[in-house]
Amino acid sequence: MESILVLTHAEESGTELSKGSLEAVTAGKELAARLGASFTIGIVAAHAPAGVLASAGARVLAVQGEAFAQARYASDAAACEALCRAANASIVLAPSSSRMARVAAGVAHRLGGVIDTHITSLGGSEGVEATRWFYRQRMEGVISRDARPWFLLLDAGTHAAFSGPAGEVHVEQVAVELPTQRTIVSGFREPPQDAQTIRPDARLLFVAGAGWTKKQPDGEIHAARAGELILGFLRVTGASLGSSKSLVDQGSENQPVLPFLTHMNQVGQTGSTPRHPKGLSTCCHGEEPHVVGWRFIGERRAISLDPNCGWTRGKADVVYIADAFEVMARVTELLAARKG
Amino acid sequence: MANVLHIVVCAGIVPDPLQTLEPVTTPAGPGLKNEMVLPAVLDPWAACALYEAAHLAAGNPGSKVWLVSLGPKAKLQQVMMTVAQKVNFELVPIDGPIGGFTDAHATAAVLAETIAALPGLERDRLLLFGGWESATRGSGVTLQLVGERLGITDQFQGVDQIALRDDGSFEVLERVEGGKHQASVCGGTPAVLGWATGNLAEPRNNPQVGMANMRTMMPALQKAKPATLAANGLRYASVSLPKQQRTTRVVKDMTADAIASELAEWIGAE
Repeated sequence: MESILVLTHAEESGTELSKGSLEAVTAGKELAARLGASFTIGIVAAHAPAGVLASAGARVLAVQGEAFAQARYASDAAACEALCRAANASIVLAPSSSRMARVAAGVAHRLGGVIDTHITSLGGSEGVEATRWFYRQRMEGVISRDARPWFLLLDAGTHAAFSGPAGEVHVEQVAVELPTQRTIVSGFREPPQDAQTIRPDARLLFVAGAGWTKKQPDGEIHAARAGELILGFLRVTGASLGSSKSLVDQGSENQPVLPFLTHMNQVGQTGSTPRHPKGLSTCCHGEEPHVVGWRFIGERRAISLDPNCGWTRGKADVVYIADAFEVMARVTELLAARKG
Repeated sequence: MANVLHIVVCAGIVPDPLQTLEPVTTPAGPGLKNEMVLPAVLDPWAACALYEAAHLAAGNPGSKVWLVSLGPKAKLQQVMMTVAQKVNFELVPIDGPIGGFTDAHATAAVLAETIAALPGLERDRLLLFGGWESATRGSGVTLQLVGERLGITDQFQGVDQIALRDDGSFEVLERVEGGKHQASVCGGTPAVLGWATGNLAEPRNNPQVGMANMRTMMPALQKAKPATLAANGLRYASVSLPKQQRTTRVVKDMTADAIASELAEWIGAE
């Protein structure tokens, strides 16, 4: 019989669980019910885990302490290994957070197990089959394995987040002997609050392509104006900003740049593949990598000057053949007026 | 004072991102249609790792960069003709299968075994570099597995920056959720760094660098050890292209005002 462990960690608060962690709880609960397997939740946290887990119907194990407030390979790997051993897990589900992605493979190796990541769904009639994408979201495969423990890292947004009445969680503490720590987490670096353009929880992804910094109908480049328009739109809508690689790379090629763009904004082949309900692309030219970056966007619209742009056909819901400078200025005015 | 670093970069080769890919079934499992004739490039994130490694080595005299790459010998030779002109490194080729459908654990075992046997490599000076994910399997686990096999327990993923200090310690910036970087200070080598894009532009081709690299590269390619990758019980029920095809409405005859109005409605609709 399988033994399911949802392995996760607390947020920076030291107690609360992220949406991704709660999604993993839902996946674990569903899988345990389908397989008739035991169900355990293991948490690495600075403090006692969130009360919502009281209603998850699972045994709850925790490795607790200030040493585990920091996301660091050596301490996290030791904690996760201890939790997996205590749970005697055959299948380990974990969210694809940066913290779990850093250590899960190492933990699987220590336990003589195997790992697959970026799992988007779990199926199978009798056993477990996992679906994931290959070649940067270009093709989808369904895999299974005999080896155990089998670690599966679940992509965010693929399951409903677990919710239930909060209560007192009965937590079994798991002791960990920490190795010598050579790494200290000194903090986080991020742009000032009003300059942060990456917003994973935004309802809209706005993608800026290289066309924003190319010559416009008057024969001139208007990069400064493009920057104003894009930032103005982001301020009004709270959208997250994505970019094509070509636009981000222009900085290193001595071409006009949008100074607020970094490689972290990049979507596609060498960037992220974000999940947002809606996406609006502007001035992107037609390459397959752009499609790759849009794989998990719900409703997609585009503004382009090229009526024959290949990537939009069959990929976007609506393509407006128009000047993005003109349209985006007007859209921002309209939305700002509505907000009052 | 400069630190002497031994930097090993693990980098595979992948189909050029602009190629259209189609899965096929082969006797060995899933593969790509015409895989061996598709133009290939060095894995993009691993290429960033290579450029960062060369930059770091250049700033620390006495340091050395090895590039360990697993792939069909002929294909490796083809890709390295371009890569060799970018930065200085010693190629360590492994003649094995290409593609995203192989098992990461088997790949890691071959890489770790090769790295452990590198002549002249001092493990206490080792920085193990690679891309944080490949453009093929994209699992983001191979480097961690190699690190574990080599007994390295300071590992960083999604790295955009490393700043070495005089005492041998270094600060690393790793990408975390929400467009932020986590800053950590590690006491020193050995360590594993899975790179995101970093901050360096792709170096321009330099024929002199190419000539220097070629002197060791061609003999290394001739002597490349063959490797087979075990499936480790990994089975594929199916591999397919996404079928979803949208009905695209192409709007050519609306004024900017009308488009803006329609978009504002759409954006505002919950």
